[in-house]
Amino acid sequence: MISELEKYRTADSSKVTNWYKAATVDSFPEDGGACIKYKDLQIAIFNFSRRNEWYACQNLCPHKMQMILSRGMIGSYEGDPKVACPFHKKTFSLKSGKNLNGDTCDIATYPIKVEDGFVYVGFED
Amino acid sequence: MTKIVVIGNGMVGYKFCEKLVAKNSNRDFEITVFGEEPWPAYDRVHLSAYFSGSTADDLIMAPRSWYAENQIDLHTNEMIVKIDRDQKKVISHTGHDYDYDKLILATGSGAFVPPIRGVDKKGVFVYRTLEDLDAIIDYAKNAKRAAVIGGGLLGLEAAKAVIDMGLEAHVIEFAPRLMPRQLDEAGSNTLQSKLEDLGISIHLQKNTQNITGNGRINGLKFTDDTELPVDMLIISAGIKPRDELAKDCGLDTALRGGIIVNEFLQTKDENIFAIGEAASYQNMIYGLVAPGYEMATQVVNQLANAEVKPFMGFDMSTKLKLIGVDVGSFGDPFGEVEPFKPIVYENKNSGIYKRINVSLDGKRLLGGILVGDASAYNMLWQMTQNKMPLPPEPEDLILGARGGKEAVGAGVESLPEEAQICSCENVTKGSISNLIKNDGVTKVDEIKSCTKAGTGCGGCMPMVNDLLKHQLKAMGKTVKNVICEHFDYSRQELLDLVKVKKIKTYNELLDQFGQGDGCETCKPAVASILASTWNELITHQDTIQDTNDRYLANIQKGGTYSVVPRIPGGEITPEKLIVIGEVAKKYGLYTKITGGQRIDMFGARVDQLPDIWEELINAGFESGHAYGKSLRTIKSCVGSTWCRYGVQDSVSFAIQVEERYRGLRSPHKLKGAVSGCIRECAEAQSKDFGIIATEKGWNLYICGNGGSKPQHAQLLINDVDTETCLKFIDRFLMFYIRTAEPLTRTATWLNKLEGGLDYVRDVVVNDSLGIGEELEKEMEFMINTYACEWKEVVNTPHLRAKFKHFVNADEEDPSLKFQEMRGQKIPASWG
Ligand code: SRM
Ligand SMILES: Cc1cc2nc3c(=O)[nH]c(=O)nc-3n(C[C@H](O)[C@H](O)[C@H](O)COP(=O)(O)OP(=O)(O)OC[C@H]3O[C@@H](n4cnc5c(N)ncnc54)[C@H](O)[C@@H]3O)c2cc1C
Ligand code: SF4
Ligand code: FES
Repeated sequence: MISELEKYRTADSSKVTNWYKAATVDSFPEDGGACIKYKDLQIAIFNFSRRNEWYACQNLCPHKMQMILSRGMIGSYEGDPKVACPFHKKTFSLKSGKNLNGDTCDIATYPIKVEDGFVYVGFED
Repeated sequence: MTKIVVIGNGMVGYKFCEKLVAKNSNRDFEITVFGEEPWPAYDRVHLSAYFSGSTADDLIMAPRSWYAENQIDLHTNEMIVKIDRDQKKVISHTGHDYDYDKLILATGSGAFVPPIRGVDKKGVFVYRTLEDLDAIIDYAKNAKRAAVIGGGLLGLEAAKAVIDMGLEAHVIEFAPRLMPRQLDEAGSNTLQSKLEDLGISIHLQKNTQNITGNGRINGLKFTDDTELPVDMLIISAGIKPRDELAKDCGLDTALRGGIIVNEFLQTKDENIFAIGEAASYQNMIYGLVAPGYEMATQVVNQLANAEVKPFMGFDMSTKLKLIGVDVGSFGDPFGEVEPFKPIVYENKNSGIYKRINVSLDGKRLLGGILVGDASAYNMLWQMTQNKMPLPPEPEDLILGARGGKEAVGAGVESLPEEAQICSCENVTKGSISNLIKNDGVTKVDEIKSCTKAGTGCGGCMPMVNDLLKHQLKAMGKTVKNVICEHFDYSRQELLDLVKVKKIKTYNELLDQFGQGDGCETCKPAVASILASTWNELITHQDTIQDTNDRYLANIQKGGTYSVVPRIPGGEITPEKLIVIGEVAKKYGLYTKITGGQRIDMFGARVDQLPDIWEELINAGFESGHAYGKSLRTIKSCVGSTWCRYGVQDSVSFAIQVEERYRGLRSPHKLKGAVSGCIRECAEAQSKDFGIIATEKGWNLYICGNGGSKPQHAQLLINDVDTETCLKFIDRFLMFYIRTAEPLTRTATWLNKLEGGLDYVRDVVVNDSLGIGEELEKEMEFMINTYACEWKEVVNTPHLRAKFKHFVNADEEDPSLKFQEMRGQKIPASWG
């Protein structure tokens, strides 16, 4: 499972080589998330419609290694967007991936863009 | 750059790295760590959790990526076999050598194996590493009876593990009592009978002579010529420091084992330190993590030229964990250090033994023993550590003040500044108070991340919470009950706003009265307010709901969900039972009777939920709201229809009550019960509202609670007829829903309510506020607008479509994993 965690590496938007066409915009609930599959990765995508922003991060919560973050509630912490894991409410910054309320390790985040009604996630491979 | 080499990647070796990394922002240190085990450091203290489901990954202190991120060169599976002090090198079993400037020995200890003939037979194990546990689990598959040698802290933990594996358990102790280093005879006796209740056989004063069996253990033979047939043996008779490397390279080791260090944890070689269980300070080895962490901190401070306090030994107070019996021993439990007066309380019936040792002048607590109820452990230990003054009648400390008063509250406020609140991370009261006073910290999470308090065993969290509250109050900060950073209002204020301004959605409320984008605290709280006010189906705003409410099912380990159909009053026809059985079989669900008189089906994938509910709804079931902060169950006893003592038909009434309030959303969950007579078989007095039949009608009790702080419900009114009873419940519940803070059960609400029960009775029964009718109307609206959420989902394609794992693939979550237990599936374990 540790190796599971290591599959997820934050992708840098300047190094994206592959913009993966994930799904249509309306596959993602407003102010909420859903999960997509990319190769053997599970990526949580959040439609932060209140802020008119989109975020992508690993679906795996590092706290107890649960594939779940896409079902978490999103919100903000001092202005910064975050997601709360449904299991034990560990919260992670959707921008930096940092755990905001403890010392669980960080999560990987991915660049994301919306074009012509489709959501694309950027990967470095 | 200073080259630091750490031998041993156990708990203390890891803590050393963690502390050093924090001081390494200038990259002064190059850190290399060796661990001979295959895993990076893991939480040995919670090793036994492996038997109740934790995996190796759960126990890992930090993933490999953490070491990489912090530029620590981690070598697992690599054992150091030699230290060359002249060349300042260590050599590993692979033949490689590595230079060091400073060497840290954190080699821990191994299990001590007494010289018994036959210990090399198959089926004999020690209990120290994950590998030991894997071997034990494997061997236990073909075993029925197991013995543990050693009745101390670790031995008893091992015995619990034996039981958890489903084997018959025996504990063999050489001394005449259990936990001989912590308990006196009476304490041991109490513990023994508790353990025997758990099914563990205890054999005291037994000296094992040899282990019998031909190559494979089949029994134990004792010096008194008795025998005990067993298929396996776990030896847990103490620890033996791993000092062999140190000895080999000429460092001094203690007679009883351990690398000799001075108060600065230095060995006689100024470049070599020893910390953790491997170190011997003043002829003492410390088999606990807290002193090891303290040692790690001291060495890091020396390396980083920070302030260094000499290591002065460490308090060895302990609490036994995991076994299901509270045991604590603190300070000087036997009164060996100075003359004392013991105060003892023993209740054989409930299996409680408490003893405290008070100084002859009656002013100080010296130590004590708690068995069966160790809830006072933290406070008593603090009083001992800090030499705090005792109350005039010290017996109150273990008996609680009599005469209806609160137990004498040696609360956190009475602790001195230097009191150690978190012993794992050595955080004092003063440092937490200062953080609050000077750094404007107002949240527990901030305290945790700044001081690390509470991040170890977590046992101090209640104290940290109290301390925060107390300190904020002392600073004159009205601890206003605002919901979170997004709303400067209490729940009650928000509820009023919602009502008055006719607000129907979360975003409307946030835009008009809040700031930011919300969070996991205010979203569900507002969702609950909206539901309790407008009773619209919660599926319409699913993303502000907690996960259970969002998917209308309880999330379980692994990410599957459980399904609980409503079974009002616990009454169910054979036909419906069969439906449940068939559905569970079809979808491969684990079934269990819940504590709420109904049936839970576990392990449904998110995409299966609508199909499962479709079948249940077609058979006449509806949602049981087991996932909601809403009405759960109304338990019933069989009552006058069958029971020879029953005076009213409790089942019919329970069904009526459950159907009346089903789906009612509230600040926390609501539970009720109806008993058919005073014998109270439905346990109504432990419920938020409980009804007990009398010859003349019903007695209505309110604000009871089970859970971790059980509280009996109190009588609101007696001998009322059915209609009046319902009227008062309507008013009571609505009044509670209007005024309680989020996630506050009725019992806690009542405890905080000024005027208490009398006030509630005034409002509900005497209608002192003149809102009785209004409350009833509101409840009537709720009852009339009730609809089953699952029915709606099942019949609404776009809602149904939300129940899937991937939105871009028609696949199930491949990470779901199950194992089997007693013929049913359970999720692959975590921690
Ligand atoms: C399933 C069940 C255990 C069982 O297998 O028997 C259960 C399971 C859970 N209980 Fe419970 N409780 C269950 C009966 C109880 C009872 C017994 C009863 O209802 O008579 C109690 C004590 C009575 C009481 O509530 O006062 C009980 C007191 C709690 C508490 C403590 C509440 C408190 O006020 O202290 C929690 C924690 C909480 O709600 O914050 C809790 C929380 C939970 C949660 C929801 C924990 C969680 O958040 O995941 C568990 C969900 C498991 C699941 O997904 O199904 N459960 N829980 C029982 C479901 C009853 C039902 O049919 O709906
Ligand atoms: C079942 C169990 C329950 C416990 N419960 C509690 C409790 O409730 N409270 C409490 O305070 N303590 C408890 N303890 C004790 C606690 O786990 C230890 O005090 C703590 O782990 C000591 O840490 P350490 O780093 O000194 O040693 P360890 O955790 O033993 O780590 C030492 C590591 O060094 C490695 N090593 C040794 N020699 C070499 C070498 N030459 N080369 C490479 N690697 C080497 C070892 O393999 C080991 O991984 C418990 C222990 C056990 C086994
Ligand atoms: S007591 Fe309740 S919350 Fe705790 S494990 Fe059992 S079901 Fe879960
Ligand atoms: S699994 Fe995510 S917070 Fe625990």
